[in-house]
Amino acid sequence: MPSILSISGVEKHYNSGLSALGGVDLEVERGEIFALLGPNGAGKTTLISIVCGTVTMTSGTVLVDGHDIVKDFRAARATIGLVPQEIAIDIFATVWNTVRFSRGLFGRAPDPAYIEQLLRDLSLWEKRDSKIIELSGGMKRRVMIAKALSHEPDLLFLDEPTAGVDVNLRRDMWALVRKLRDKGVTIVLTTHYIEEAEEMADRVGVIDKGRILLVEDTAALMEKLGKRRLKLVLQHAMATIPAELADWPLELQAGGSQLLYTFDANAEGTGIPALLRRLGELGIDFKDLDTERSSLEDIFISLVERS
Amino acid sequence: MLRINRSGIWAIYRTEMQRTLRTVWQSIATPVITTALYFIVFGGAIGSRMQQVGGVDYGAFIVPGLMMLTILTQSISNASIGIYFPKFTGTIFEILSAPLSAFEAVLAYVGAAATKSVAIGLIILLTATFFVKVEILHPFWMVAFLLITSIAFSLFGFIIGIWAKNFEQLAMVPSLVVTPLTFLGGAFYSIDMLPEPWRTVSLFNPVVYLVSGFRWSFYGVGDVSVAASLGFMTGFMALCLALLWWMFRTGYRLKP
Ligand SMILES: Nc1ncnc2c1ncn2[C@@H]1O[C@H](COP(=O)(O)OP(=O)(O)O)[C@@H](O)[C@H]1O
Ligand SMILES: [Mg+2]
Repeated sequence: MPSILSISGVEKHYNSGLSALGGVDLEVERGEIFALLGPNGAGKTTLISIVCGTVTMTSGTVLVDGHDIVKDFRAARATIGLVPQEIAIDIFATVWNTVRFSRGLFGRAPDPAYIEQLLRDLSLWEKRDSKIIELSGGMKRRVMIAKALSHEPDLLFLDEPTAGVDVNLRRDMWALVRKLRDKGVTIVLTTHYIEEAEEMADRVGVIDKGRILLVEDTAALMEKLGKRRLKLVLQHAMATIPAELADWPLELQAGGSQLLYTFDANAEGTGIPALLRRLGELGIDFKDLDTERSSLEDIFISLVERS
Repeated sequence: MLRINRSGIWAIYRTEMQRTLRTVWQSIATPVITTALYFIVFGGAIGSRMQQVGGVDYGAFIVPGLMMLTILTQSISNASIGIYFPKFTGTIFEILSAPLSAFEAVLAYVGAAATKSVAIGLIILLTATFFVKVEILHPFWMVAFLLITSIAFSLFGFIIGIWAKNFEQLAMVPSLVVTPLTFLGGAFYSIDMLPEPWRTVSLFNPVVYLVSGFRWSFYGVGDVSVAASLGFMTGFMALCLALLWWMFRTGYRLKP
């Protein structure tokens, strides 16, 4: 069986002269949840828009389930469902009509039972006769998801699915995504939150400035990049780090009022208990402490340093 | 795999027609009232002084021109809004991502706009029969002209809808080009009544050919030959189709 999505040598230069993608190669495996992780402007939306047919590529080849997206666009596009980053629905249509419209548009025979189940799964059934204009932002987003799933796609794209989304919808969406994956649907989502990629994806592709920097199993990536930071807000600012603390790689921040300890989250002993003990012995008090995972920016810095 | 996405064409066509039906009374009342007004002003006031044009009662003489005038403006505005609006609101992404060829999308949008134009044309004709006695000598050609004009100008409107970057541009072509050409196109007079050089100048106005051919199908008289009318219409339609084909092929103002 051909892979569900195969992208090779895809470049995109917008008319403005901007080069959004500089030769992207990517294989997505059937049935996986794949996260495209990258900062704003990395080219995530451009890449999936090319696959879905809403942006034309400058050069390259894309195969969806073995079908070329240009030469065999019907077969390729019938396989794909897209939930774009921005909400865009005819605001005068009703929920039911707009979802039925999408199914028809993608060439599928009407199936009211399927659409009913879909709307129930997305908590939209009560709203089926409401006009889109009467719905809240979260509900509109649910409708966008229903439209994308209306024709039972094998490959679903979710572009920044949780941007500006409330907790309920986020939870429902992840439940739905897992349910779809269990049914064999392949899901490609884009995000700039590393936590989201870690939580959802089987594999992660890191993209920046129009290039894929690496593709890795989520667990392996987290292990590689799982740096964490302990931040201590000191009671009294200090000018230099005492020599007694030389065993730990520490940094002073915020004019000496914060002490920063970077450690490997996956290492056996993190050294935190010993550090805190030593601070106590030295009489260094702190008001507050906080740990954080290395940010996407840190990951890029370490990736760029390595390559 | 599916050769023609019939259900996709039908989905768009049906949605476009529903959009029209949401304002069905407005859609019917406007042409009825406008037609009645034209008959009162042109038919009543001018017609009482100018009994006949080319052997036809003035009231009856203006019916084909009036129909053409409305069909032209309605086709252009319906088709241009039909595609401009999804472009403006962003909902066009769904059409672009669907397994639908350019031809199928055009068929659905232009088909819906043309259907509405034909319906409005027939409503005007019906309204006119309450005011004057209308004869149709060549019913087949009458229907043919009605259909071709509706389709050709819906195609033209569709092109304007794709081309327009804002609402000003959307309104510009209809108001600055089409309306003047229509009024000077012999809808309310025969161009034979004009002095030279205006008569010759008029022959460069495309609308003259439409109105003349259409009027011929009613009364058997026209300003130019039927062949010229038909030739012009076909040429215009072919030009629109070629332009559209190019627009879709290059993604012109539809896809970045
Ligand atoms: N239609 C467009 N015309 C010109 N430049 C664009 C267009 N769309 C996106 N870009 C540019 O391409 C780059 C990648 O954008 P995008 O794919 O939206 O990134 P992401 O989704 O990762 O945030 C950005 O620099 C953006 O400004
Ligand atoms: Mg984006």
